[in-house]
Amino acid sequence: MAPPQERDYIGLSPAAAAAAATELRLGLPGTEEAEGGEEAAGVPLTLELLPKGSAKRGFTDAIVGGSAGQLLDAAARGKAAAAEEDEEEEEEKKKAQAPAAKAQVVGWPPIRSYRKNTMAMSLPAPKIKDDVEAKQTPTQGCLYVKVSMDGAPYLRKVDLKVYNNYKELSLALEKMFSSFTVGLGKSNGKSGREGLADCRLTDLKNGTELVLTYEDKDGDWMLVGDVPWQMFTDSCRRLRIMKGSDAVGLGKYR
Amino acid sequence: MGRGGSRAAPAAAMPPWHALPDEVWEHAFSFLPAASDRGAAAGACRSWLRAERRSRRRLSVANCYAASPQDAVERFPAVRAAEVKGKPHFADFGLVPPAWGAAAAPWVAAAADGWPLLEELSFKRMVVTDECLEMIAASFRNFQVLRLVSCEGFSTAGLAAIAAGCRNLRELDLQENEIEDCSIHWLSLFPESFTSLVTLNFSCLEGDVNINVLERLVTRCRNLKTLKLNNSIPLDKLASLLHKAPQIVELGTGRFSADYHPNLFEKLEAAFAGDGLAVSVSHLHKFHLNIETVNFQVMDLIEDHGLAVVASSCNKLQELRVFPSDPFDAAGQVSLTERGLVDVSASCPMLESVLYFCRRMTNEALIAIAKNRPNFTCFRLCIIEPHTPDYITHQPLDAGFSAIVESCKGLTRLSVSGLLTDHVFKSIGAHADRLEMLSIAFAGNSDLGLHYILSGCKSLKKLEIRDCPFGDKPLLANAAKLETMRSLWMSSCSLTLGACRQLARKMPRLSVEVMNDPERACPLDSLADETLIDKLYVYRTIAGPRSDTPACVQIV
Repeated sequence: MAPPQERDYIGLSPAAAAAAATELRLGLPGTEEAEGGEEAAGVPLTLELLPKGSAKRGFTDAIVGGSAGQLLDAAARGKAAAAEEDEEEEEEKKKAQAPAAKAQVVGWPPIRSYRKNTMAMSLPAPKIKDDVEAKQTPTQGCLYVKVSMDGAPYLRKVDLKVYNNYKELSLALEKMFSSFTVGLGKSNGKSGREGLADCRLTDLKNGTELVLTYEDKDGDWMLVGDVPWQMFTDSCRRLRIMKGSDAVGLGKYR
Repeated sequence: MGRGGSRAAPAAAMPPWHALPDEVWEHAFSFLPAASDRGAAAGACRSWLRAERRSRRRLSVANCYAASPQDAVERFPAVRAAEVKGKPHFADFGLVPPAWGAAAAPWVAAAADGWPLLEELSFKRMVVTDECLEMIAASFRNFQVLRLVSCEGFSTAGLAAIAAGCRNLRELDLQENEIEDCSIHWLSLFPESFTSLVTLNFSCLEGDVNINVLERLVTRCRNLKTLKLNNSIPLDKLASLLHKAPQIVELGTGRFSADYHPNLFEKLEAAFAGDGLAVSVSHLHKFHLNIETVNFQVMDLIEDHGLAVVASSCNKLQELRVFPSDPFDAAGQVSLTERGLVDVSASCPMLESVLYFCRRMTNEALIAIAKNRPNFTCFRLCIIEPHTPDYITHQPLDAGFSAIVESCKGLTRLSVSGLLTDHVFKSIGAHADRLEMLSIAFAGNSDLGLHYILSGCKSLKKLEIRDCPFGDKPLLANAAKLETMRSLWMSSCSLTLGACRQLARKMPRLSVEVMNDPERACPLDSLADETLIDKLYVYRTIAGPRSDTPACVQIV
């Protein structure tokens, strides 16, 4: 039996725990049946996704769709909860992939991330039914770019397709490099330069301001936030977090 | 070795064997290259222990935390070639927290100190910094082979140090590393006088490489046999490169960019027709087959019909890997199914290693494959959708995988997938006697599954499990087994903190690492025994608990 605080421990807030318990269980509906023994043993019947932080969706989200309600383990869950989740799902499918709704299990299928990017780059252009679709849906599944931070010993990689805007990217980077004491700086609230302000980070250790920059298709280093998000993801080759003082002179010359 | 030469009197009775000088044993042991044989010899008696360890030339440390670098250097002072491996395999798929550990620096430092004659160094899944590479270049005057596999933490600046400093370098083999591009033209730092290269592999490098510098390097290294390039070299330049360097016998052309043209490939082929050059191309869907092909790595765009062609032409094929072109495309537009694998297994008698991603499978196909190829040593099948049953009978794939382990008696590595119950683990536990590495994901129904594995599988060294309903009982019941294994990884299963604590208390020679979500780095001490843990990594060690764990990893 799983007391609530265990849910907390594995990264769910109590509120999310209820919703998360109705998370899609992986697998096609009707595949495994409840076997009495397992229930009695108090072990979860089949594995559930253990969401990490934000509730990640089941892998079969895209295809199982309406059958999401047929969860076997949801003994105590009412139809209401299931229906609510169906609605949520529909909504999320319509949005461009938000990080919380990405139909992906961490580390599955077991392919190296660099290989994923390779395959994305080496495929011939996919057959697109019509132009409208082409504009709305991303052409490939993921877009990994390297992120380096001055002074940090390791490089990281992020999948730009997972984020919708600069703020989400900024937050994610803050988390990623949190062990190097980076904190999100205060946004100056300049509405016109919203993108740019979101990307000010602060090295909390010595108070120096850090700036997020990227290398574009032409090999130029630009400040992140200058161009619309979509344009940014199309042209960004890699990211670098550098000291504010080093970023003098960077900017757009368009 | 005592007084040589013949004596007039009949030679004194041979000294009893255990009094023979060490040099005799060292010479004898030089005929035992296999580490396991040497290890067995070392266990026989003190003099053999002494002779063996003092003459050991090759050392492989399969888990960098199983022993300390100082221990290794002290125990084996004559090592010339060392290999050290770090992170658990699932780190490849992002399951291991960043900053987990596996720093190469302590090993490089200890080696610099204790093995000045070191010639070969190989790191796998470790964090190698530019400082490490600089130290390597500076510390070993006869350094010859550097192999880095799946490592990270270094840049082209480190490679520059190697190029500039290692006068006798024969092999620079970089496989699947994450290398930061510092825009340093590291290739041009090999001095003009440098000609010793035999193998150069920089396929994982993402930056550009100057083709002229490469040409000059390749032409002056007359012993260069293997050259594996990255995708910065356009195919049409390759032909001219090869003309200048006819000594190359193995060429890797790296990844193909999206604007690949089939006729360029023909041009390449024409450039060295008849030379017996083996070209390995990755990620090509329009493939060119060479009947000598031994390793074939391709995307599923090859489809079943393509594999049928491979099956009929490449009867020397030993290893096949088929990757999914679009892993997240649930619709599965590509027609790659169990048929492809069945065909290849039927027609390639030397096939012994398979990595196959597909979307559907049947027990019947697996049984046929098992019957066709009892000589498999490595069988890794990944059915992309978890819990996928036999698509015709809708049954679990227990029967199919059971057939594999029953038929392939020499199987040393297995990855299972699809819908599987505890039954398949019973078969694996009972039949897979030579199995050393087992990967399980989204399988099993109860503790029994894990128990079958841990109580069977006589040769098991590495077990990695994710998202299975396995709990505390089989782990604790088979605690002793864990000391016979190198390591165990379990994530997203049903383990409690209490069981981990119990395991750690019971087995002092195991290191029990528990990892929790970095966003909730609360100290484990404050949590109750019933708390479920997310990730567990257990390994045997003589070095005691390591001291370089990040905040999200705690040793129980």
